[in-house]
Amino acid sequence: MSDSLAFPTSHARMGSSSGQPLTRLDGHLKVTGTATYAADNHPQNMAHAVIAVSSIARGRVTSLDVAAAMAHPGVIEVITPANCPPLALDPDQKHGLFGFRFDALQNDRVRYAKQPIAVVVAETLEAATEGARLLAPTYDVEPARMGFDDGEHYDPPAVGIGAPPSFAKGDLAAGHAAATRSVDTTYETPAQYHNAMEPHAMVAEWNGDHLTIDSPNQAIVMSRALFAGYFGIPPENVLLRSPFLGGGFGSKAIMNGPYILTILAARMLQRPVKMVLSRDQMFGPVGHRGATQQHLRLGMDAEGRLTALEHNAVSTTSSFDDFIEPAANASHNIYASPAISTRHGAVRIDTGTPGPMRAPGEASGSAALECAIDEAALACGLDPLEFRLLNYAETDPATGRPFSSKALRECYAEGAKAFGWAGRPLAPRQMQDDEGRLIGWGMGTAMFPCPMFPASARATLRSDGTALVETAGADMGQGAWTALAQIAADGLGLEVERVEFRSGISDLPDAGVAGGSGHTASAGTALHNAGTEAIAKLTEIATADPASPLFGAGNAGVEARNGRLYHRGDETRSESYAEIMARAGMASLEGNGTGTRDPKDAEELAMYSHGAVFAEVKVDPDLCQVLVTRLVGAFAAGHVINPRLARSQLYGGMIWGVSFALHEEAVHDRRSGRPLNADLAGYHIPVHADIPAMQALLVEEDDPYVNVLGVKGVGEIGVTGTVGAIANAIWHATGIRSHRFPIRIEDLIG
Amino acid sequence: MNLFDYFRPSSTAEAVAAASEPGAAYLAAGTNLLDLMKTGAKRPGRLVDITRLPGLDRIEQMPDGAIRIGAMVRNADLARDKDFAAAYPAVAEALLSGASAQLRNAATVGGNLMQHTRCAYFQDPASACNRRAPGTGCDAIGGENRTHAVLGWSDACIATHPSDFSVPLVALDAMVEIEGLDGPREVALDDFHRLPGETPERETVLAPGELVTALRLPAESRAFSANQRYLKLRERTSFAFALVSAMAALDIEDGTIRAARLALGGVAAKPWRARAAEALLVGQSPGIAIFEEAARAALADAMPSGQNAFKIELARRTASRVLLLAAAGAPERMPALPASTFGTTPGALSYV
Repeated sequence: MSDSLAFPTSHARMGSSSGQPLTRLDGHLKVTGTATYAADNHPQNMAHAVIAVSSIARGRVTSLDVAAAMAHPGVIEVITPANCPPLALDPDQKHGLFGFRFDALQNDRVRYAKQPIAVVVAETLEAATEGARLLAPTYDVEPARMGFDDGEHYDPPAVGIGAPPSFAKGDLAAGHAAATRSVDTTYETPAQYHNAMEPHAMVAEWNGDHLTIDSPNQAIVMSRALFAGYFGIPPENVLLRSPFLGGGFGSKAIMNGPYILTILAARMLQRPVKMVLSRDQMFGPVGHRGATQQHLRLGMDAEGRLTALEHNAVSTTSSFDDFIEPAANASHNIYASPAISTRHGAVRIDTGTPGPMRAPGEASGSAALECAIDEAALACGLDPLEFRLLNYAETDPATGRPFSSKALRECYAEGAKAFGWAGRPLAPRQMQDDEGRLIGWGMGTAMFPCPMFPASARATLRSDGTALVETAGADMGQGAWTALAQIAADGLGLEVERVEFRSGISDLPDAGVAGGSGHTASAGTALHNAGTEAIAKLTEIATADPASPLFGAGNAGVEARNGRLYHRGDETRSESYAEIMARAGMASLEGNGTGTRDPKDAEELAMYSHGAVFAEVKVDPDLCQVLVTRLVGAFAAGHVINPRLARSQLYGGMIWGVSFALHEEAVHDRRSGRPLNADLAGYHIPVHADIPAMQALLVEEDDPYVNVLGVKGVGEIGVTGTVGAIANAIWHATGIRSHRFPIRIEDLIG
Repeated sequence: MNLFDYFRPSSTAEAVAAASEPGAAYLAAGTNLLDLMKTGAKRPGRLVDITRLPGLDRIEQMPDGAIRIGAMVRNADLARDKDFAAAYPAVAEALLSGASAQLRNAATVGGNLMQHTRCAYFQDPASACNRRAPGTGCDAIGGENRTHAVLGWSDACIATHPSDFSVPLVALDAMVEIEGLDGPREVALDDFHRLPGETPERETVLAPGELVTALRLPAESRAFSANQRYLKLRERTSFAFALVSAMAALDIEDGTIRAARLALGGVAAKPWRARAAEALLVGQSPGIAIFEEAARAALADAMPSGQNAFKIELARRTASRVLLLAAAGAPERMPALPASTFGTTPGALSYV
């Protein structure tokens, strides 16, 4: 496919592009099946690789029947530790901040179930699949360590990606001592696996020492360098194409063994090689959300104000690497308390290494915190919304810094109004429907930080009055092709239809990572700045040219819109970009931009998106089946580039919340360490009928500090708040407080 | 997936002969078998594709008032057959509560009976499983077994049969018509699936090569049309197997129960007919007290096989509720969420 997309001509647009609910630029391609995902690429002479994975969680591979696999018709090559060439970088070392250790046949050691232990390459997928089965591995099995009780506990040096493992402000003991009411509670969250609809996939092809990769990737330019590093070639020798991702949720931002092995196979065979993980293999080497045990102690004074907020979390990680779900950090910046203390522990078990999964830490931490806050409100005899307003943080509780903007109060008000929260009885089991089902209402506060990642972009004005804008953005389905094009068009003062947007490929300027809910802010700011630089150059040419109607207007006196520069004081004086460039004899004019935030603002201000989520559940009083019947979220996330796409993101996040609260859990056999529900029939996520009437309200918020666009992020915040809101609604319906997720019938049946 | 022979017979006799060879398996829609072949849990050397056999896809009224359903009738077609759904609303409801629309469009009546347990250890070739590999043991015992059997299990196997459809059928005395090397025979559905005992690998009473050709509901089962329901408890509203399900059918005349049927799903290696509970109900007036008593009787022999004690209480409550629902009468229209406790929400949209 082409690496730029054309806008459908039917788009109606008034004024600037930004703020318009444009439908997805790539939507037509996707619904007609013509968008090429990585696995749709079939270069000539392509072979198929299947990863053979371990069925034990700990031990050694003692034999592989390579002869049987090789004898299977169609099998070309079997790669095992015995014939696997070494990599240029050690996969058992961490390379860079986002570096993870992984398994690429460096030895016969097995560290988790579904670990790659061999690769079978064949002429067909079927032959490779059967070849992998024929390997019939035997093992020296060591007992698997699963669960919090079996694993080795330790104090992690860092949590998440490089965050400190603990935090304290104020005098916690004094805070607890001053409390007249208290809550001491625990919550457990299970291991969850990303399970993007599109499995991890790659088509790798070598040409001399140049490598072309088709693979869904959330951090295209960064990954290019990493791939290059493992194969000892310069980054510019790698072309990584990732125009579309069928979801990523964090798991496609991290290096993994199957990808490296696919590239290795292509190099060994000097043929293009395709590899697609099967669904069950996505429960091994490509990350997950670690399980957590969380302990919260809250102290409140007689009025219901927090005097102490203590949140300690233990998270699981693998035996050989560290990614600690930073759950307790969810308590840093949300509620005012004179004393806040958070601490993380970790436990090593025999699973693959966890990684960032949509709202890493924020999701699991918010689930526990928002339930604990509900318990605290009850302990104080206060309505949960009233309690939250009483403990509203006017400045960042952790640092004392002012917020760059915070329309949470408005979120509470608009969400509560849309939901009809007023008049909610304080006590549980007070509401029923006509058929006797218990009704409960619950709420939670949503919050997510606004990171920006280094990003750059290029804008090129063309002599025909159109423009090319370029950045290696990643569209995971969230709509980057569309929202980023809208920003780019505005930066250039052009209609979006006149902008050719190239993205999703590694030979473009680095758009940073599509993660942390920061892609639109980071890549968008870079695109905007690239456009404004191009316009500034154009303005300079025009205003310095005596032949231009804009001569002498000066930079500040010109405005760019609809492909023309206008004199600010005199609208009749204007000239098209094409005219200015033609007279200057220019075929093109280039501007470059980076996505940055004023370092002073970044230092002095706390920057977060906020929201409030309200849930209604119905519960069968005897059979304890739960259905979420209404879900209303109100979110303030700065300037919204595309309300249609933003609402979709928020719906998606809230549905993750439903899934977290009621459905998702990876079940492992405690003895073998094997995942037992490694398919979408067994690993439950909600179906349509589980998803109620939903509303995602976009609350107006003007943030002049967060970045030049005023953009925060909406990718992950919807998960936060929602889990707690549903759990709290279930308590309100039944009077039963479940202390583990997902909440199941047996937790309520008593 | 292993290499296998594929054979498409042109007659039932040819099919039976081809499938009598060791290692052969019948292929209908393949909604269960193909999944198991992909994981390696099933490795048939020969597939006998019966999807094109003539005459197996008919729903027929028999002269004696019975209804005969060909083994190749698709689940969705049967559930949407107006006459059938009017006579057997709870069977239609059970069918529509199973799997997903796409699967129901493909899956067949015969295949539904023949499907294997969804016990994770059965589906995982690396686990010990007496049902899949006799004599290897049972990793479900002492493992993750919160959804496993509470009735009729043995030390060799604690798996459950996953079918929704079979639950009302067993309650309504369905007969299974079978074709084999020695000619046709028939067996009551209640005798068709076997409890595990010491030989869980023998899931049904079928001899090698025997083919289910049809199901028959006897004329007497029509007496229950007005008062029957199926209720299914599960962990999401669609595309999930039952934690526990139940079907009740009542023949009520002048406020008195003349005959009662009660069967449970998700609790045993076969659809579980609760005859003792049925006997208690005969001659009684419908009411919560007698229904609770019947439900207690239905679960009197239940024993947890692991972390699943809650299923006994849940099954009891489900049985009692489904009796209440049946007494209230079959709904005029298929509920928007069939067999769900939320199925009768007025104004609910149809999701199925």
